[in-house]
Amino acid sequence: MSIFELANPKRFMEVSGLVLPWIAAAAALALVVGLILGFRVPPDYQQGETIRIMFLHVPAATTAMMAYGVMAVASAIGLINRHPLADVAAKTAAPLGAVFTALGLITGSLWGKPMWGAWWVWDGRLTSFLLLLLLYLGYIALGSAIEDETRSARACAILAIIGAVNLPIIYFSVTWWTTLHQANSIFAGKIAPVFLWPLFLMMGGYTLLFFSLWLVRIRTEILNRRARSVMLSRAVG
Amino acid sequence: MTPFFVLLSRDIRLAVRAGGGAALALAFFACVVTLVPLGVGADLKLLARIAGGVLWVAAVLAALLSLDRLFQADYEDGSLDLIALSPLSLETTALAKIAAHWLATGLPLTVLSALLAVLFDLSSTGTAALVISLLIGTPAVSAIGGVGAALTLSIRRGGLILPLIVLPLLAPAVIFGSGAVLAAEDGLANGAFLFLAAFSLLSVALSPFAAAASVRLNLAT
Repeated sequence: MSIFELANPKRFMEVSGLVLPWIAAAAALALVVGLILGFRVPPDYQQGETIRIMFLHVPAATTAMMAYGVMAVASAIGLINRHPLADVAAKTAAPLGAVFTALGLITGSLWGKPMWGAWWVWDGRLTSFLLLLLLYLGYIALGSAIEDETRSARACAILAIIGAVNLPIIYFSVTWWTTLHQANSIFAGKIAPVFLWPLFLMMGGYTLLFFSLWLVRIRTEILNRRARSVMLSRAVG
Repeated sequence: MTPFFVLLSRDIRLAVRAGGGAALALAFFACVVTLVPLGVGADLKLLARIAGGVLWVAAVLAALLSLDRLFQADYEDGSLDLIALSPLSLETTALAKIAAHWLATGLPLTVLSALLAVLFDLSSTGTAALVISLLIGTPAVSAIGGVGAALTLSIRRGGLILPLIVLPLLAPAVIFGSGAVLAAEDGLANGAFLFLAAFSLLSVALSPFAAAASVRLNLAT
């Protein structure tokens, strides 16, 4: 079954209805186990107990970036293939991504104060991540300002694709510029396994949480549109 | 005269006239630049340090003022439909409008900044760096602003959303533009000019396509 079969709303509702409880349960499980392991992890030799904020901060940041990537891809599919469902998927992902970005900023700030002595610094990664939040907010503002649904979706799609240039900037910012922020260490193999596994569990949990909330939002939007067209056809008589 | 230059000269003439916004942008620039030292205090050494940043931010905000009418004015009275029907492609139209905005607004802002830098006691090397950085960077402001203007052209109060969309995308221009001034003041090697030029060239090259796509989707219904 190709993913484009899901573009049929009815088919999508069927498949997502089946899949949603499992994703939600998996998210809950991953988060609970990840949190328990996170609390049992030994304190870091350098950062002490505050290392535990990593298990909240890093997954939030990675999920925020992933959400934008997903939004940009859905936008591109909506623009190229003209699938209304892709447009719905893109628009519903935006507020979720914005919240994860805000969470990443707040948890990072809370971690920065004990570690760096500052709530905020203007280095490459923090600046570009803040710009990500502003890009999300601009996207949401543009989407709600245009009344016509199709036009709104297309305009937002163009904006999302333009803003996607920020994602590699955020990722490579720690290698391009000198920064207080931790360099890329997951794929560079620089994290001790005792920290790595709770981190992966939390990242998986956050991602599954995003997907379950996203599916709920898409299903709600589909039902909304159905309700609206029923009301319209009743009004027309 | 080719259609491109006809459109370009028309837009420039409209912009420099009374309701066009070019003179307004210059006045706004001067007002903001006057206000900052009043808020920050009269310490000339401090002002010289922040001059690059303040003048860059003020220039970007001033250029944004007239951007929301870039496509919207023609959309509202129907001329955009006529222009879209002409043999001139929408991409070339977008480029002409962006170029007109830069010539009518960006370039005068650059020239005025040399004068306003005096208010901040910026050294002559710093002022030269500021003017060059604005010269290189304001085309990017017009280009990316033009894309934002095309996206918001059908929104009634689109002028309020335009800064929210455009300013995050203009962050590199402000960062490298003011960075170039600081580096010139400190006598350091200036890679910032190269980054700024790359950013400008990239945005000027790609923005007509994005702006044309946005105009097309707004005219389609």
